[in-house]
Amino acid sequence: MDVEILARIQFAFTIAFHYIYPPLSIGLGLVMVVFESLYIRTKNKEYHVLAKFWTKIFALTFGIGVVTGIVMEFEFGTNWAVYSRYVGDIFGSALAAEGIFAFALESGFLGVLLFGWNRVKPWVHLVSTIGVFLGSMFSAIWIVVANSWQQTPAGYHIVGEGFNARAEITDFWAMVFNPSSVDRILYVWLGAFLAGAFLILSVHAYYILKGRFVLISKKAFKLTLVVATVFSLGQLVTGHSSAEGVAKNQPAKLAAMEGHFDASAPADMYLLGWVDKENQEVTGLKIPGGLSFLMDYDFETPVTGLNAFPEEDRPSQLNAVFQFYHIMIAIGMFLIALSVYACFQWWRGKLFDKRWLLWTFVFTAFLPQIANQVGWFAAEMGRQPWVVYGLLRTSDAFSQAVSANQVLFSLILFMVVYTLLFLLFVYLLNKKIKHGPYDDTEESDRPLTKEITGVLTGN
Amino acid sequence: METFLGLDYPTWWFLVIGALFSGYAILDGFDFGAGAWHLFFKKEHSRRVALNAVGPVWDGNEVWLVIGGGALFAGFPVMYATLFSSLYVPFMLFLVCIIFRAISIEFRGKEEMAWWRKTWDIGYSVSSTLLAFLLGVVLGNVLQGIAIGPQYQYQGAGFFEFLNPYALMTGITTLALFMVHGAIYLLLKTEGRLFAKLTLLLKKSMIFFIISFGITTLYTLLYIPHLSDAFKSNPILFGVPVATFFCIANVPRLANKGQYRNAFFFSCVTISLLLTLVAIELYPTLLFSTVDPKYSIDVYNAAASTKTLRIMMVMVAIGGPLVLGYTYFVYKTFRGKVTLDETSY
Repeated sequence: MDVEILARIQFAFTIAFHYIYPPLSIGLGLVMVVFESLYIRTKNKEYHVLAKFWTKIFALTFGIGVVTGIVMEFEFGTNWAVYSRYVGDIFGSALAAEGIFAFALESGFLGVLLFGWNRVKPWVHLVSTIGVFLGSMFSAIWIVVANSWQQTPAGYHIVGEGFNARAEITDFWAMVFNPSSVDRILYVWLGAFLAGAFLILSVHAYYILKGRFVLISKKAFKLTLVVATVFSLGQLVTGHSSAEGVAKNQPAKLAAMEGHFDASAPADMYLLGWVDKENQEVTGLKIPGGLSFLMDYDFETPVTGLNAFPEEDRPSQLNAVFQFYHIMIAIGMFLIALSVYACFQWWRGKLFDKRWLLWTFVFTAFLPQIANQVGWFAAEMGRQPWVVYGLLRTSDAFSQAVSANQVLFSLILFMVVYTLLFLLFVYLLNKKIKHGPYDDTEESDRPLTKEITGVLTGN
Repeated sequence: METFLGLDYPTWWFLVIGALFSGYAILDGFDFGAGAWHLFFKKEHSRRVALNAVGPVWDGNEVWLVIGGGALFAGFPVMYATLFSSLYVPFMLFLVCIIFRAISIEFRGKEEMAWWRKTWDIGYSVSSTLLAFLLGVVLGNVLQGIAIGPQYQYQGAGFFEFLNPYALMTGITTLALFMVHGAIYLLLKTEGRLFAKLTLLLKKSMIFFIISFGITTLYTLLYIPHLSDAFKSNPILFGVPVATFFCIANVPRLANKGQYRNAFFFSCVTISLLLTLVAIELYPTLLFSTVDPKYSIDVYNAAASTKTLRIMMVMVAIGGPLVLGYTYFVYKTFRGKVTLDETSY
């Protein structure tokens, strides 16, 4: 295998692994802020227990997120030197801004969040939790800005030619608020909230099913269900506006996502399907003119198709882009259906009576994770063959000084280390969940009788 | 070229990155150092105390690496791209060690079994040691220069070219320096027998550092002449190495008197003065080419556009005080000797 493909595999592998963790940190952070604020307002000790419990799980995800993130920051230079020189002006400043404004905030308060429960006043601790949460949100902003600039470059001009060509900033705010930034930031944030919320729902549903920590779990479940419902519905809005942006700014990507070949014709929307690249056909279940309708509220509006672009400017992995995009949409719809249905049952007062519903929640924890992953796959593979859309090709961007053997060495190293890391993560997460929300020291005074009464009376 | 307060922007940015790297070396320096000592402590309680001395702060310390890396990327993209792709293998090893170190800290306390804790103790200590060493190795390669050809392309190819004699020396010296620094930090955070043991370890590591530093300096003066050019042409700069030697000498003096806070202050100053020396030796070059000096990377051919540098200066002006503020807050919250509670590692 040549250096380019190895470097791409390594980047894809390390970024996909990394992206398991930051969304969890953001999502868990949000709910931790909710729990802790409620504790300060109501002085109800249960919220304190919940905040502490989820902080411990947060600690597990956060640590892995940080170190796998440092890998990403180095990898631009090690494996994508040409790219780094080309975009350093822009991408570099976004990364530096992330470090200064987001990462420092996050990690500065992290120590107090994790170890400061007995050292600072409750409100100072809450401020620290909020600091960490905001830090992780800001972090997402700058990273998505950097990536969005690769999708829809703005606020720059190209200086120099050939090898010396590079993009320089002409307008910083135009670069930051490039056409796709805002939509994609909101989309990523909501995806992260869902990842955190559905993990919390999953764990507490499990406790309720097993009859452990029932009272406190019901409380946590209801609160988090509100979060999950609001944001899964919200994802419809941000997702739609994101797709409109793609249609306008990256028509080749949108065409790949829906397998739309005709240069200019009304486009269908597929619920599921299979793309045959050779014959330029999609077989599957479709809404005729659906894509046209979504873009323009008219089933007849022509949409630019793949054939409007020269072969070398189209994404090569059409079926993959199509499938990833559709899996993401399907999961999004399922999450809406599930959370709205659960709210309906809650309103009927039967939320915790349906065991199958709770079991569904237990396993749904994986779905937002999968959606986040495949969503990024679709976004990044749909941008190909460009690393910076319309400006720099991926095949021109990798490090010339690095040999295939070196990349193979590091790729194997990362695979071994990350596999180990993942197994440990799963093991420890499982252990923490099995142990439950109460500290050993608090075990004695936990309101067992209250819980039993709770179960009996169905509260 | 546009200037600000009499200095051009690439030079300003050189200073900013120098300050960030100093901050990083001071902060992660003591926690790498503390980690390198870890296996010298035999009792479970001692190890826990030592680990929790860096527990609340190591992650914040690593942020300085992230900021420094981002600043290098943004300010000198050419340097960032060439340095990282040329020293591919050491940087990959560095990343793997960063990961191992973090998971060792994170996972050690999660199980009671002796083998579990021992495994992570070794992971923590070995990775901390290697990290300090690898930072020094990278520094040695930068000081000595690497085989850069036309178009900033690295022309070396070997897997282990980065492990040349000079880089080994700077690697060992850096490790020794961080171990001194880490020992003093631990002295501030510990009590009792562990504290007594550390006073002895500090003395030994101090001697080790002075010897390795002396040998590296001698080698530099004899075999890498381009590094002393700046001092020859501008004798005033000679004050910096003199000040450095006084600072180094001050560390054992204060430690012997039991003034560990002051000793720690001077080991911080020593680290930043040593990096100042490096900066003087290099400037305006960032990376010497051993192929031909005309291929060297300097602050001007590596710099981002003036506009970007100016934007970044504004970011630093706003963000810098914030970063210092958070750092102060976390160190203030956890000041004094380590106390273990149920949230500790």
